[in-house]
Amino acid sequence: MLGEYAAEDGRILAGGQSLVPTMAFRLAKPAHLIDINGIAALEKLNVENGSLSIGACVRHAAFHRPALAGPLGALLTTVVHHIAHYPIRLRGTFCGSLAHADPASEWCLVAATVGADITAISTRGTRTIAAADFFAGIMTTALAEDELLARVNLPVLSRDTRFGFCEFSRRAGDYAIAMTLATLRLEGGAIVDPRVGVGGAEAFPRRIPEAEAALAGRAPNEAVLRAAADAAAHAIDPLEDIQADAAYRRDLVRAMTRRALARACA
Amino acid sequence: MSVAGPTGWVGRSIRRLEDPALIAGRGRFTADLPAAHRVRFVRSQHAAGRIANIATPPGVLVITAADLKDVKPIRPMLHKFDYVPIGQPVLATDRVRFVGEAIAAVVAADEAAAEDAADAVEVEIAPADAVIDAQAALADGAPRVHDEVAGNVIVKGLIETPEFAAARAGADRLVRVALRSGRQNATPLETRGGHAAYDPTSGRVTLTCATQTPHLTRTAIADLLGLPEAQLRVIAPDVGGGFGQKMSLPPEYVLLVWLARKLQSSVAWSEDRRENLIAAFHSRDQHITLEGGFDRDGKLVSLSADVTANIGAYSCFPTTCAVEPLMAMAELPGPYDVRGYRCSARGVLTHTCPMAPYRGVSRPVITCAIERLMDRAAASFGMEPSELRRRNLIDRFPYVSATGLTFDEASYIETMELAVKHIDLAQFRARQKQARNEVRYLGIGFCTFSERTGYGTPAFAARGMEITPGWETVEIVIDPSGFVEARIGSSPHGQGLRTTLAQIIADEIGVEPRLIRVVHGDTDRTPYGFGTFASRSLVIAGGASLLAARKVRVKLAKIAGHLLEASADDIVLEAGVAKVAGTDRALPIESLARAAYHQLHRFRDEIEPGIAESATYDPPGTFANACHVAIVEVDPETGRVTLEKFLAAEDAGRIINPMIVDGQIHGGIAQGIANALLEEIVYDATGNVLTTTLADFLPPTAREIPPIELHHLETMSEATITRAKGVGEGGAIGAPAAVLNAVNDAIAPFGAEINEMPATPRRIRAALRAAEKRP
Amino acid sequence: MSGKHDLVLSVNGRDYAVQVEPRRTLVDAIREDCGLTGTHIGCEHGVCGACTVLVDGAPVRSCLMFAVQAAGKAIRTVEGLATGDELSVLQRAFMEHHGLQCGFCTPGFLMLVTGVLEREPDIGDEELIDVLASNLCRCTGYQNIIKAVRAAAQELRTK
Repeated sequence: MLGEYAAEDGRILAGGQSLVPTMAFRLAKPAHLIDINGIAALEKLNVENGSLSIGACVRHAAFHRPALAGPLGALLTTVVHHIAHYPIRLRGTFCGSLAHADPASEWCLVAATVGADITAISTRGTRTIAAADFFAGIMTTALAEDELLARVNLPVLSRDTRFGFCEFSRRAGDYAIAMTLATLRLEGGAIVDPRVGVGGAEAFPRRIPEAEAALAGRAPNEAVLRAAADAAAHAIDPLEDIQADAAYRRDLVRAMTRRALARACA
Repeated sequence: MSVAGPTGWVGRSIRRLEDPALIAGRGRFTADLPAAHRVRFVRSQHAAGRIANIATPPGVLVITAADLKDVKPIRPMLHKFDYVPIGQPVLATDRVRFVGEAIAAVVAADEAAAEDAADAVEVEIAPADAVIDAQAALADGAPRVHDEVAGNVIVKGLIETPEFAAARAGADRLVRVALRSGRQNATPLETRGGHAAYDPTSGRVTLTCATQTPHLTRTAIADLLGLPEAQLRVIAPDVGGGFGQKMSLPPEYVLLVWLARKLQSSVAWSEDRRENLIAAFHSRDQHITLEGGFDRDGKLVSLSADVTANIGAYSCFPTTCAVEPLMAMAELPGPYDVRGYRCSARGVLTHTCPMAPYRGVSRPVITCAIERLMDRAAASFGMEPSELRRRNLIDRFPYVSATGLTFDEASYIETMELAVKHIDLAQFRARQKQARNEVRYLGIGFCTFSERTGYGTPAFAARGMEITPGWETVEIVIDPSGFVEARIGSSPHGQGLRTTLAQIIADEIGVEPRLIRVVHGDTDRTPYGFGTFASRSLVIAGGASLLAARKVRVKLAKIAGHLLEASADDIVLEAGVAKVAGTDRALPIESLARAAYHQLHRFRDEIEPGIAESATYDPPGTFANACHVAIVEVDPETGRVTLEKFLAAEDAGRIINPMIVDGQIHGGIAQGIANALLEEIVYDATGNVLTTTLADFLPPTAREIPPIELHHLETMSEATITRAKGVGEGGAIGAPAAVLNAVNDAIAPFGAEINEMPATPRRIRAALRAAEKRP
Repeated sequence: MSGKHDLVLSVNGRDYAVQVEPRRTLVDAIREDCGLTGTHIGCEHGVCGACTVLVDGAPVRSCLMFAVQAAGKAIRTVEGLATGDELSVLQRAFMEHHGLQCGFCTPGFLMLVTGVLEREPDIGDEELIDVLASNLCRCTGYQNIIKAVRAAAQELRTK
């Protein structure tokens, strides 16, 4: 159906918590809306082959309680409480957030940080896009017009993976002005496999290699965490808007990164 | 009104009479009315320019200024302070002066069709240079917003007391502060909207609209359209908050009435949130520089101020845009005793949305300015801020201020002492010290202030206002069935006045409040009055209710005296019954009413038929007062301010309904906190509004408002006949200063200071970065 | 998107046959097509929560949902909270604790909290404040809304 209507400005409607307000402002005037709610296959949320598979209609609220045991489930439950508000979380979807690709989306940050695989389907076939290749700009993704984001697979994190998440927003439930998600393991007193994702601060969330490099192999002490936070603050190309200029965004990225790392190492 | 009252309804937290309908979804708001036509406004996307062309889609009814040649522009008037009258056309004529100004009105069968049609209207504007900031508008060679206003200064006032120069020269030290308040939008949860319906039989139009001032709205629209007022009925149904934004006349309402007459049908407009944020009235946006001269004991001896108020592109009706700068000039010294005072105040035109009163009007800003001054002075003297205030608060009453205002009896020092005690200042200072050792930054901020309420006619006349909304009339009618109706010119919209006026009346006439219906918000059903704003209704309509109820009481006693064959002096009214004191002879009020209408022969020509009494009250004005205290924690890395606690010790005289008073203060404080930390309408350099949603303009949620602890004193001022003072604005007036002082107390170890509202995390971080001092 | 769809909306247990454009939001359909004006519109972009209703028991922003999406689902609005003349526990608590002033946001808060307390009766006080932060009130400073909701939650738990 999308294949048929994509060329005529067709859009997929899942939770509608972003698309409908855009339409209310008359910023989007899609000619066709294809409602995918109620398609049972798209509501699947399960672990298969070492990854958590999240179907296109899985709501944010599905993560209010851990969807699986272990760090990934806990991580998702920690993060979900920062997404907008309760009624929005009951309607909005994980996959819809990725397709919408708001720079401040928490799920986009999760996808980028843990390395999600994103499955797109169209009448032309099915393809899988790595999160690192998925986001292309503010509200811009690698999805073609006729592709439906059918599911997202998140790799199940090893039991010894630690994570820390920290977000700054003006009011409860507001968009993040900056946020950091960190995952890492500690082996013999040293940080192993650190991942530091920053969101809300640039056009799209991404891992910050400079920060990760500052951590890898080092002891999780205050100085190391601060160095990594400084590295993240320097590495970003900050968005500027009414809430935050470049200098302030760097301040926030520094603070969020240090705190997320502190939580991960705690 | 005696202290206890015959049945003692005053002073009790009875449940509100307004609630049963609202709680069940049976409220009736303007947007709930069906209409034959919906109106959508096409608005300017340019801050300044000349309208070159308006191309309208075929088959759509589009109204432009060319259709409105017989409609006068809105031209509010002030007769003092070099005010230059300017006109605002109902739809922009040849020029546009702010982004959001209505240029055309599109009429369609439903909202969606009207929006589609409005999108298809093409307006061509030749843009011109715009001035957005007041300072820029004052610069030499700045574009004029109105040709007739040179230098863009529409109003200016200057006051200097004879004592000023010598007092300043003799001061031990001078302390200065420059404060800026950002621009806000009052943001009632119900946006504005109107519904105009033509009655073919009478030719009258009924305008139902979200207004705080139905009678003034009728007067204004009738004047602008050249109609007798009798041809127009204005109804304020349930109104979803106003906070001032709904007291000024929206040009849109004028157009609705014009359209209903033209189409001989019903038309409705519901403002959407974006329209509200860009084009409903804004407020604040003031710069104040202040210099206080103190003697060596910390006593304020001189105060000089310069007030610049950005008033936007037009002047609001009825108050005019002068209300902000002039109120600032008159009331800036607040509750502090100072004889040497100098103030210059200007209202400056810019290419921005017109400014109008918003809860507190000017006082949230002037209070913040002088309270910052007090804290800076306290720091300079190495004194607790409360101690410096103790040395300066007025404590003799009546007190005539440097600007000639008479302060009635109040409790400035007492409320502060109460606040200091309950907040446990000493314990806080210890905790603050401890926290700093743990690299956490707590701060405490005090604000002592006066809230002038119940402004009577002379107060408005002193400002030279053409319209002096100082009085209110209340008519109390008991119909033949014995049902009591009080018809009021005030127009409450959330304040619970139906309940509190009923409590006042109940105590006089011995009828339970729930059996008294207070009728408001309908020009056909109520006596002329000015509406509800400026913390005036409980004082003024409450006073008029008391006076009218006393008359009813006298009449009921007279009637009962006749019917019970007793002296009127011996009649007691209680629980709906008139009794002869000390006997079991009694008659229910229904019987008195029935007789008053239907059995006049029983009164030997000694009473007039019926029971309908009216009274008007025009008070001299009274000052409520309070001390607010905020405790905050500032996160120096992010600039986030977390409010730990807010406490207010306030005195609004006699409290009619404690529950409602607390509710008013809670709400005002929340708006004041928002003023201090969150809400700001932001323009870009070309005059576009960047905050067009409630995700950009940030009213607080339940998470941002801390627990609020309230304490009350009740000074029974002689200035009002109910002994009650207004309480509607105090919360909003005091909270910004308390919060800003607390933030500054918290960041003092960094040597940083912030004197801008809202003190956003970005601004606080910038201040900390600039300070570059490690505590 | 054009053309109108025939559909049946079930609101407070009563069926309303309506004809709506696909772009018609649920709140517009409830207010204008079903004539139930107790549900209010405050922002139309999902921030204020004045339009909150229950759809199959879940509190949702009815400005962020299309009417066609609600066909066949059980919609509840403020008009359905009372049983005859008997107000719900939450409605009574709002009155007793002065949880409303102008009353415009009230239906949204009532539906939000009704939905949450039905789904999560044991919700903690702090979590409840997070939930209340979903909606905006401009009059009360939230103090008395919080009081009312805590009192109602307590009463419902002990019932």
